[in-house]
Amino acid sequence: MTAEASDTQSWAAWRPAPLLPLADGRDRALAFVVATLCFLACITVFCLLASGRAAEGWGRELSASATVQIRPKAGETGSDAAARAAEALAGVKGVSEAQALDRAAAEKLLEPWLGKGNIPDDLPIPHLVTVELDPKAPAKLADLNAALTQAGIDGVVDDHSHWLKDVTRAGDIARGLALGAGLLVSAAAAAVVAFATRAGLAARRDVVEILHLSGARDSFIAGLFQTRFALLAARAGAYGAATAMAAAAGLRLIGGDDGFTPVLPLRWTDLLAALPCPLLAAAVAAVSARRTAMAILRAEP
Amino acid sequence: MSDPSMTFNAGGDDAGADAAPAQEAVVRFEGVGMRYGRSPEVLRDINLNLAPGSFHFLTGASGAGKSSLLKLIYLAHRQSRGLIHLFGQDVSTLARGQMPPLRRRIGVVFQEFRLLDHLSAFDNVALPLRLSGEAPDQYRRDVAELLAWVGLGHRLHAMPPTLSGGEKQRLAIARAVVNRPDILLADEPTGNVDPEMSLRLLRLFVEMNRLGATVLIASHDQQLVRQSGMPVLHLTEGRLVCG
Repeated sequence: MTAEASDTQSWAAWRPAPLLPLADGRDRALAFVVATLCFLACITVFCLLASGRAAEGWGRELSASATVQIRPKAGETGSDAAARAAEALAGVKGVSEAQALDRAAAEKLLEPWLGKGNIPDDLPIPHLVTVELDPKAPAKLADLNAALTQAGIDGVVDDHSHWLKDVTRAGDIARGLALGAGLLVSAAAAAVVAFATRAGLAARRDVVEILHLSGARDSFIAGLFQTRFALLAARAGAYGAATAMAAAAGLRLIGGDDGFTPVLPLRWTDLLAALPCPLLAAAVAAVSARRTAMAILRAEP
Repeated sequence: MSDPSMTFNAGGDDAGADAAPAQEAVVRFEGVGMRYGRSPEVLRDINLNLAPGSFHFLTGASGAGKSSLLKLIYLAHRQSRGLIHLFGQDVSTLARGQMPPLRRRIGVVFQEFRLLDHLSAFDNVALPLRLSGEAPDQYRRDVAELLAWVGLGHRLHAMPPTLSGGEKQRLAIARAVVNRPDILLADEPTGNVDPEMSLRLLRLFVEMNRLGATVLIASHDQQLVRQSGMPVLHLTEGRLVCG
């Protein structure tokens, strides 16, 4: 009897089938968990980018300006002293602009705390001069103080360095937290894949044993699990990333040009940060599945 | 009971004891014992030489240790004591990475078939060739012809759960012989087929032997053993005795 005697010639078009059984319920559950972790990882990255941008913006604004509180001398009104101070400070190298705040502008600064129209006329309000510094070569605190002294003005210069330090620190903490969360999510994904690999090897023990006895190497069998879980993680990662991008896009649309909130100024380009997610998920899953499978196989007789 | 020091030099048609092997044995057991976990030994003091190209039946009552002896040869289990040489290599000193090439030289027909249920008949038979790294174009026709030869030409793409016991057995045999192994082991290979198919399968084993394979068949089928006229190794309570 020859192959031609078979009822079909379909063997000519035969292609090798996957050696591991197709996905089952366990794989779907794993895909859901990995997709969720990828979604959280992408959201974390978006928050990291947005908070970093916010901290940077605040820092830039603070470092590019200074505020001077003027204490008028006897016989001189606060407005006159402030105007003189503004004139003196405007001439300092590294100052772009110095402007004395009138009472109305100063009252506006207090509105967030006291409310509009709740400021009594006789409430003493500090006389302030706002100084815009040259962002490329900002004037130093000592130069500003020297200019005030030279003009015979009693004033206290606040270059915002105290706040700047806090904002920078807050930005660094936010970045650290986001990085930590990202690492935790990656570790959780790796652990879940390792667990699934163990379960997969146990459930397909018969397949693994026959492959072994037929002459398959450990690395070949581990490669089957590595490929299986890498593809699964890549698909799940794509779903997770797409969902996170859609969520962030929704927030961006609701929030308008400034982003969802001034605290998290999200940009459209930030969404691109989610694109490598499927690849990273696949890489984490591949490494985790291979290491786990090799460890199990090497422990066998 | 056998003399523990007795060695079965099983070469060609001569399976008699104490005959010096003409060539280096492909399978050599020296004082081999085997146990599962902490249980008593299932094989004791096995001394055996299987010469290249020899053909033997392995007989014995259920529980005598036939399957265990085959497991030691196809490297599914380690001996508890003694020495085993396969193709001249001491298997107890083999690194894990050295086993796959040896396993590829051994074809096994398992008693319970052990087919991969998620693969078609064609894929099951092609498995050893695929694991050897051969390209599908090189073996596609051979696999189809072999399946036709064992009477499964019309079930090329059938999945094992849809096959009858006899069909599964023939499929398992086809998988074991497809890459023309140097050693062919079979555990009750004719247990689920009719006498006519038994003889047909026996002819396949004889053909494989004629092509150079060393064949060892564990069987209860006394009629088949008698019909074959091949030498017999007999296991009793874990010990090898004259057939």
